[in-house]
Amino acid sequence: MFDSDVLESIKEQGQKYNEKLKKLTAKRPERQPNFSTDSGIDINTVYTPEDIAGQSPNSFPGEYPYTRGVQPNMYRGRLWTMRQYAGFGTSEETNKRFRYLLDQGQTGLSVAFDLPTQIGYDSDDQLSMGEVGKVGVAIDSLLDMETLFDQIPLDKVSTSMTINSPAAILLAMYIAVAEKQGVKQEQLKGTIQNDILKEYVARGTYIFPPEHSMRLITDIFAYCAKNVPSWNTISISGYHIREAGSTAVQEVAFTLADGIAYVQAAIDAGLDVDEFAPRLSFFFNAHLNFFEEVTKFRAARRLWAKIMKERFGAKNPKSMMLRFHTQTAGCTLTAQQPDVNIMRVAYQALSAVLGGTQSLHTNSRDEALALPSDSSVLIALRTQQVIGYEIGAADTVDPLGGSYFIENLTNQIEQKAGEYISKIDDLGGAPKAIEFMQKEIHTSAYKYQKDIESGAKVVIGLNKFQMEEGRPKDLLRVDPLVGRRQADKLAKLRAERDNEKVQKLLKDIEGVAGTGENLMPYFIEAVKNYATLGEICGVLRGVFGEYQQQIVF
Amino acid sequence: MSGKPIRVLVAKPGLDGHDRGAKVIAQALRDAGMEVIYTGLRQTPDQIIGAALQEDVAVVALSCLSGAHMHLFPAVVEGLRKQNAGDILVLGGGIIPDEDIPELKNKGISEIFTPGTSTQTIIDYIEGKVANS
Repeated sequence: MFDSDVLESIKEQGQKYNEKLKKLTAKRPERQPNFSTDSGIDINTVYTPEDIAGQSPNSFPGEYPYTRGVQPNMYRGRLWTMRQYAGFGTSEETNKRFRYLLDQGQTGLSVAFDLPTQIGYDSDDQLSMGEVGKVGVAIDSLLDMETLFDQIPLDKVSTSMTINSPAAILLAMYIAVAEKQGVKQEQLKGTIQNDILKEYVARGTYIFPPEHSMRLITDIFAYCAKNVPSWNTISISGYHIREAGSTAVQEVAFTLADGIAYVQAAIDAGLDVDEFAPRLSFFFNAHLNFFEEVTKFRAARRLWAKIMKERFGAKNPKSMMLRFHTQTAGCTLTAQQPDVNIMRVAYQALSAVLGGTQSLHTNSRDEALALPSDSSVLIALRTQQVIGYEIGAADTVDPLGGSYFIENLTNQIEQKAGEYISKIDDLGGAPKAIEFMQKEIHTSAYKYQKDIESGAKVVIGLNKFQMEEGRPKDLLRVDPLVGRRQADKLAKLRAERDNEKVQKLLKDIEGVAGTGENLMPYFIEAVKNYATLGEICGVLRGVFGEYQQQIVF
Repeated sequence: MSGKPIRVLVAKPGLDGHDRGAKVIAQALRDAGMEVIYTGLRQTPDQIIGAALQEDVAVVALSCLSGAHMHLFPAVVEGLRKQNAGDILVLGGGIIPDEDIPELKNKGISEIFTPGTSTQTIIDYIEGKVANS
């Protein structure tokens, strides 16, 4: 990047600088014996052109390998989608929260489902007791889905659904609701998370064994490529890997390793890479170590572009572009001095924007205590709006690009994540490396906790600058009767629907599940006739079996 | 402290899959010299009671972040009592609202640890309770 005379001169100046520095620090030691990122990458006192010598200059945004962004002008054209993750209680309550957020200027919906829905149990199942509507909305049948999107035009909004193991069935319900609204499948825009590998690795809401889960995923890829062309069929998620305690480098590495497994599975199922790869999307965490986070996004984009081109022979540029949603790091929020979380979230959100995210969720200040209240979710949304509209962060593309530090760190993260991916390749790919990844994540999580307890890592309000304080008074409480209401609704549904037809459609699913035929059309037909999520998953459990966790810590 | 290590069952009741905290605590207790068994995810109260009896533990540490603690935690205490194992110390942790804590303690959960608690606090608590009992 620089001619050799310039570099030589910088080298000489650097030597003088280092001597001066040595004398200085001998007299006055620095704040810490050493400085490093959360991933353990050493941070120098200062960075110079020497630190990026030998690197080829970056491409322009919108050009391979997309280090600087996937679009040529990024946010100058359109800001990222401001998409707050929301859902609790019944579909009626969540529908109200959705309409509130849309009225406040949110530009996309993001549905949080409760745990029974995520694990494929109806609200009246014994295992659902105490969990219904708690961490998300309870969806048992198409009836709930109709209420959830009542008065929300599905041809106008894009919807992200955080659903994995039963993603195909919830997508089927979404398609069915759209049809009732008179909206065609090809008009639908949105994302299902549909990332089962990270469930085994980090989040725990799996149902079936990996091979059957992978088949459901490739069924979705194939169905959507033909019928729902604007739908993002998967959101390959590092978010939960990071929440489980990984470092930034591990987040990039394990997420892309999962991505590789999905691409390979789809190719093995006979799909053409350029047919489905443009609809793959990603989901990352924005954690606290600001510059490492910015560079993490840049490195992930470059690494994925190279993987798609060099490893899978993709030809369509869209197949090589890593597009991603970001959520600020829930695990960094503290129950102590919750207002400080507003600042944490703002810096995390800024790192995601400087890293070129396509979509963003900002966490609310009270999330270490409860689900967010209306007032705290509004501050979280306003935080994004301040970044987008007031501070000028969105006025040029990749504003930190070219910084010696940023470019050096981007290179290092790319390299270290690449080494992890090679290791996972050696283990036979992500589905076989689940326990390896779990162990690595746990080791990082434990170290992080020890660093907080020793004070090596400062957390304001927790291990430094503590104060006596009362808890906020306006925390959201989910109505304890929601489980009861859902159970009543289900009883009524089962009494009123055409049960003979439902039984026949469930039998059809059972038959097809054992073959290689695409299950999606069968799910759509069953949900239209009000077969419940628990019933359909029950049939699939019978055919596929259930995943048994290996305990690693 | 006598020579015999304290046996602890770390358990995740309910459908919640977030076990970072449970695993970190399990590791910290182990590093503090305790014998730790971790149940893994999605345990029913009955499964946890069964494991506690079979493993002959002195402590059951429950972790739940999903909001189902009022349903799940007391069920474990009650079940242990019914099995004449009411002497087992039951602890709870996770995202537990302040106003729920008195009721959980009334129902026999010995202590509730919320986010931000150091692992040393939990170690000290267990050592104090089990050594004194």
